[in-house]
Amino acid sequence: MNAQTGFEQAASTETRERLVVIGNGMAGCRAVEEILARDPHRFSITIFGAEPRVNYNRIMLSPVLAGEKTFDDIVLNTPEWYASNGIALVTGDPVVHIDREHRQVVSQSGHVEPFDKLLIATGSDPFVIPVPGKDLPGVVTFRDLDDVERMLSAADRGGSAVVIGGGLLGLEAAHGLSLRGMKVTVIHLMGTLMERQLDEAAGWLLKAELEKRGQTILTEANTDAILEKDGHVAGVRLNDGREIAADIVVMAVGIRPNTALAKAAGLDTERGIMVDDHMITSDPAILAVGECVQHRGTCYGLVAPLWEMCRALADKVTEKAPEGSGYAGSVTSTKLKVSGIDLFSAGDFTGGEGTEDIVMRDAARGVYKRVVLKDNRLIGAVLYGDTADGSWYFDLLKKEEDLSDIREALIFGQAFASGGALGDPNAAVAALSDDAEICGCNGVSKGQVVDTIKAGACSLAAVRSQCKASASCGSCTGLVESLLALTLGEDVQEGPKTLCGCTSFTHDDVRRLILEKELKAIPEVMQELHWESPEGCASCRPALNYYLLCAWPGEYEDDQKSRYVNERLHANIQKDGTYSVVPRMWGGITNPQELRAIADVVEKYNAPMVKVTGGQRLDIFGIRKEDLPSVWADLNAAGMVSGHAYGKSLRTVKTCVGSEWCRFGTQDSTGLGVKLERMTWGSWMPHKFKIAVSGCPRNCAEATIKDFGVVCVDSGYELHVGGNGGMKLRGTDLLCKVATEQEVMDVCAAFTQLYREQAHYLERTAPWIERVGLESVKAQLFDDSEAVKWLAGRFRYSQQFMQDDPWEKRAAGDRNDLHAHLGEVRPLLLENA
Amino acid sequence: MMHGLWLDIGPVTQIEPGSARTLPVVGGEEIAVFRTMRGEIYALVNKCPHKQGPLSQGIIHGDSVTCPLHNFRISLKTGEALGDDEGCTPTIPLKVDAGRIFLLREAVLGPVPAQQAA
Repeated sequence: MNAQTGFEQAASTETRERLVVIGNGMAGCRAVEEILARDPHRFSITIFGAEPRVNYNRIMLSPVLAGEKTFDDIVLNTPEWYASNGIALVTGDPVVHIDREHRQVVSQSGHVEPFDKLLIATGSDPFVIPVPGKDLPGVVTFRDLDDVERMLSAADRGGSAVVIGGGLLGLEAAHGLSLRGMKVTVIHLMGTLMERQLDEAAGWLLKAELEKRGQTILTEANTDAILEKDGHVAGVRLNDGREIAADIVVMAVGIRPNTALAKAAGLDTERGIMVDDHMITSDPAILAVGECVQHRGTCYGLVAPLWEMCRALADKVTEKAPEGSGYAGSVTSTKLKVSGIDLFSAGDFTGGEGTEDIVMRDAARGVYKRVVLKDNRLIGAVLYGDTADGSWYFDLLKKEEDLSDIREALIFGQAFASGGALGDPNAAVAALSDDAEICGCNGVSKGQVVDTIKAGACSLAAVRSQCKASASCGSCTGLVESLLALTLGEDVQEGPKTLCGCTSFTHDDVRRLILEKELKAIPEVMQELHWESPEGCASCRPALNYYLLCAWPGEYEDDQKSRYVNERLHANIQKDGTYSVVPRMWGGITNPQELRAIADVVEKYNAPMVKVTGGQRLDIFGIRKEDLPSVWADLNAAGMVSGHAYGKSLRTVKTCVGSEWCRFGTQDSTGLGVKLERMTWGSWMPHKFKIAVSGCPRNCAEATIKDFGVVCVDSGYELHVGGNGGMKLRGTDLLCKVATEQEVMDVCAAFTQLYREQAHYLERTAPWIERVGLESVKAQLFDDSEAVKWLAGRFRYSQQFMQDDPWEKRAAGDRNDLHAHLGEVRPLLLENA
Repeated sequence: MMHGLWLDIGPVTQIEPGSARTLPVVGGEEIAVFRTMRGEIYALVNKCPHKQGPLSQGIIHGDSVTCPLHNFRISLKTGEALGDDEGCTPTIPLKVDAGRIFLLREAVLGPVPAQQAA
């Protein structure tokens, strides 16, 4: 099988039409097979291949790398196939030029091959990211058998491997190298692995599983350079400065259609070679097929569309195409070829206008299923952990059938949904026997649930609290709801309000389960608690972020994406999109240096207004988001830090002048106010939190409408809680009276922590106390003589991680992307560019 | 595939997944460029149809953004207000090629004057 033989055969006298195929891969060979099946004698065929071997199944390279298959196992067309079909195969002498005028191609060695029909099947090239070191020995792509052999020989020497790209191909390469004994790190630019095929939830499950298998997965990691030592690759540096040692670097960031020959020949190309529904290019004598083409705006990187393309092409060139036939584009599905991980995705699951998600999660089995419907038709599916119904969903997706009749049961899979009467979930539940298990977490049977309902539990919440069914992971919530409906009919009562529409759990349930199950990330909470939307919403994301921050101080990493704008930009957004900035003034006390710095900022940034706030500080209005870091730098320079006037957090501690100046003052209220503010600043809360200290019962600091108010008296301090001066005025309740400043500090810390741990997100202390009752708060603080100490201890521990000025980091350039524009478009400059 | 002149506004990696960045246009409407957590890129005029709030500063979930001013939820795909709200923000056609974002010029700046298009 060498070049010489090929040319001799092709040059023999021939009356048949000459078909030349550029590309000896899966697309080129499959097209030839389809043509031969229709008309075996029509063409004299020559195939040019760049690789020095026969056609093999490229998608099976991963099992070869993993040691599950050999090269011989994956050969598709043997030398005998070429010979018996009279095909001239030219390997190792690629075509370098297409001469359309003379209808011939020219090979690298200068050989000229005439054609009547030309088929371009040049496939795609791996995309190599343009970083320093990309050409070093030891940097490989994952495209052909040579790449696999390079990886295998590296694996033989052991050591570590870095795979750049956490898509399908990258993860399969990582899996293979890991099985071959290498220490593997995957670097992925996006936040979610395989983000084109998976949503956040499934991507998180996959990441957790791969990490369990010993791989290191770095998401949102951007490669800066590939490092060299002694002329060979030595590692990878990320743009955040981290360096990862590597004996081999596999680049698997994507592929690009190989259009170079077609483009040089003047054929229409965009991302790929433009073809019509019969794979004909802009030149009627030239066809193209496979990954190198662009059909109706789409380029495909998977193998399935190939088969349909080749059929349409063969129909046309053998003039056997029925009227109106042709290739109409493909819906594709993906399965990851990593043994032991079941993962399937198909169609469009980006959601959006008019689409509807049905999500089912079974945390105990590690299962996540999501189907996306539009107009009652299935348009996308993601399955993780249980892919048994993948082909059934894919079939429904391609058929575009109306699924109204089986919609309710669709997510449970084919066996359930197609079972006639079983299509009604209530009927399916009614058919269960009394000892069928409903809740796997707590071992509750159907009979027990029904008995609980008959004994008076008329809502989901009542069932949960009385027999524990659906109280842990919530995956059986649907079953319990069916049993309620079957047993009570219309007498089912609505339960308490859930956290948001994404979950059947209440705020309290979610907070309890975060602690019980030790959930430490937002996607983890969503998976374990069976969230019904893939990424949550603008209500639950900030709530979960706070609950996790409160539950795991020092461990949980704050998720800026889940923060409301004010807490992300550390300033208050105004109606015109500018921001207001409030520096902290401890206890409402200021000095010439601070006032001068504020005045300078106002002038320097042309702030249209400065206002004295109700919290005894100064608010600078009209600052643009891109100016915020430099405003903060100026304020920091004068010793001022963020006032958190924007946060669900401690706002201000308002004081009066107290015994230091006032003739009525009984205690040092300003001094105590400053101490309280120093202790509590920076703490994130369920909602905003205000403190005040008044030096005598005249209460000039208005302490009795604050969340925590101190009123000084001759004999000590009255501590008040739960006040609110807002929309619904509420005076405080007296919590207790103490004798020393230290006791004030301790009770303040303990009360604050109790509120932080127990209130619902966006619930001020006033409605919280009304909901749980003042007596409950008092009991939790004072019944156990150690309670204040423990609560205050937890608060102070948490504060270790909270008390760094967010402005200082931003002023030094941290997260500049949140402030700076991408650029600016100026029409005139662009016209000349 | 849409034909026309495209403005290269730089690499996708300038925008963190789940966030948005802004592009002021001299003499035109500021544009917000979004990157969803799944990595899709969308561009819209940076104004909520309700009270012109800067959509770029909202919380992004799925392919919608919740306006920071009054919680209107806007589809990033169509610019339409979702749920019970009404209104629509103009979208800017874009394409991503080799990791860079290109906006359709005429959607950003208006049609090309005849003598320059030639």
